[in-house]
Formats: sequence, structure tokens, C-alpha cells
Amino acid sequence: MPHALTARTVRISGDNDDQIEAYLAHPEEPGLRGGVVVVHHMPGYDRATKEITRRFAELGYDAVMPNLHYRDAPDAAPDDAAAVSRANGGVPDARLLGDVAGAAAFLRSLSTSNGKAAVIGYCSGGRQSVLAACNLDLDAAVDCYGAFVVGTPPEGFPLQVGNLVDQLPNLRCPLLGLFGNEDSYPSPEQVDELEQILRDNGKSYEFHRYDDAGHAFFAVDRPAYRVAAANDGWEQIARFCATHLGG
Amino acid sequence: MCTYATSKASMTGSAKGPGGAWFAVTDATVYFDHPVHAMAEHTLNIDFAAPARGPSARVAVELTAESARALISAIESALAAAPVALTT
Repeated sequence: MPHALTARTVRISGDNDDQIEAYLAHPEEPGLRGGVVVVHHMPGYDRATKEITRRFAELGYDAVMPNLHYRDAPDAAPDDAAAVSRANGGVPDARLLGDVAGAAAFLRSLSTSNGKAAVIGYCSGGRQSVLAACNLDLDAAVDCYGAFVVGTPPEGFPLQVGNLVDQLPNLRCPLLGLFGNEDSYPSPEQVDELEQILRDNGKSYEFHRYDDAGHAFFAVDRPAYRVAAANDGWEQIARFCATHLGG
Repeated sequence: MCTYATSKASMTGSAKGPGGAWFAVTDATVYFDHPVHAMAEHTLNIDFAAPARGPSARVAVELTAESARALISAIESALAAAPVALTT
């Protein structure tokens, strides 16, 4: 475990080579290590997700969180930028892929990189993490309660994103999934469906499901926070990253 | 859950925003999703905004579903109490 960390705002090349804002946290110690791309939730590039990014540095990784809303509202407050992004229809999948690819390339370009990179996302970012894992060169992926990886939206639901069922056969790296059994999106049945698709396609995956936890149980600043599920979830994440990122 | 579902409406009116300054509201964005600040897992959120003035020209409210329905009822009552000639 590192004794000192550094965290700061950087610029990285995202989709279309756009220069976008990102939050970088890394151990001070020299030596080679893996990297983690953190995909923030729909409410944005916020303090809570920056804390998560720093926690990966504390676990011994270089971690970077691209601001997916940067183009919508450069330098705006995270909640204002999230509001603009939502009003603009949300983050397009193609742009998300370009931004995560840029973030992974940034991590691999660091002098401390061992060449490995993982992606983790929460809420809408959970779906985006799976999307990235189906399309990009990554070594591991973590889906924290991503909605609409599978499943059909309720009738009359004006969704602007589709599920990823047709992309799951292309999953390119091991997937860790963390879900609350009291969640509705994804519901336990949808998690079952996702697991069945991965199993049928011979994919490497590992799911953990928690009772007394619903959506967003990692969110320490929200009523949804569930300490037991979050603590175990972090242990699973640490172990999974150690296995796949060369620990 | 992240509902992604967003309803939008054009507005003519004003709101008191950042720094206590009034601004002309042109858009309202309405959605049911996680709040930023309210102590509830989901809320009905409304952004009264003027996009042409930048992202910070926004008044945001986050209401529980019960509160949102109470607000709708209150708005309907207030409009119904006004002379029809003034509200059409």
C-alpha cells in the first residue's frame, strides 16, 4: 500500500482527439503498476467519484477519471455540467468509447505503467464499463449496478440508450459485476439474464449480489449507501484488480 | 436507477439564480432520477435554465415524488383560482 498519493486535474486526448478534462490519482512511489479508468455516474464528475479515483491510487494503481460532460459544459460545476449533458441527450456511446480509449492510452503512457488497464463504472457508468469492455483493449472491467446492459425498458419509457445484448458476445476481458438484490434496474432477473448470456458465450465473469442493498450502494453521500455491501464490494474489486492488473 | 428519461419544455418566465441574480428562463428539464442533494434515493428533478447564458444559469429543484405531486396540485389550484382571461 502506498504511503503517499498525488491527485490533480489533467488534460487527456479523448474521442476525436478532443482535449478533455480528467482527474488523475496515483501513488508517489516509483515502480510499475496497472491503471484503472473510472467512469463516473450520470450526476457527473463529482467529489464522490473523485474520492473513488483516489481510493484506486491508495490501492496501488494509477487511476484516471475522464470528465464525460466536459464538452457539454467546459469548466462548469459538475452538477451544472450533468444537467446540460442530460438536456443534450446524455453521453453518446461512440464518444464514451473514444474517451475511455483515450483514458486507457493515457494510463499506459505513464512511466509507471505495466501496460495493463481496467475500467470500472457506477450506475450509468456500469453499463458504459461493459460497453468499453466489449469494444476496447482492456485487461479487466467492473460493472457496478449498471442499468440496461440487458433488459427491455418499460413500455413508454423514452430511453435514449439501448441495451448491450448484441455486443456481449464480443466481451474482450474478465468482468466483475456487483449488484444489489433490491435494485430494479438492473433487477435480479436482469442480472440472471446477463449471467446466462456470459455463460453461454464462454466469457470470464464473476458476480456478487448483495441482500439489503439496492442501486448505488457504494455512494457514501447518498441514502442508498450500504456499508456491508460496499465494504465487501471494495474487497472484491481489490482482489479482482490484483489478479488482472498484476497487483 | 438512472432513468435517462428526460422531458423538456420551453419556458417564458424568470428565475432567481446563482448570486441572487434574476434571469430569463427559456427551458425546463424534468426527470426522475438520483438527486444531487436531497436525502432520497430518487427525486423528481427540475432544472429551470437559460442555456444561452451558460451552464450555471440554472435553478435546480429536487422533490420527492409526493412533493412533486403536491406541487402539481398547488399549481393547478393557483391557476384555477385566477380569472380565465388572465391564464389563457
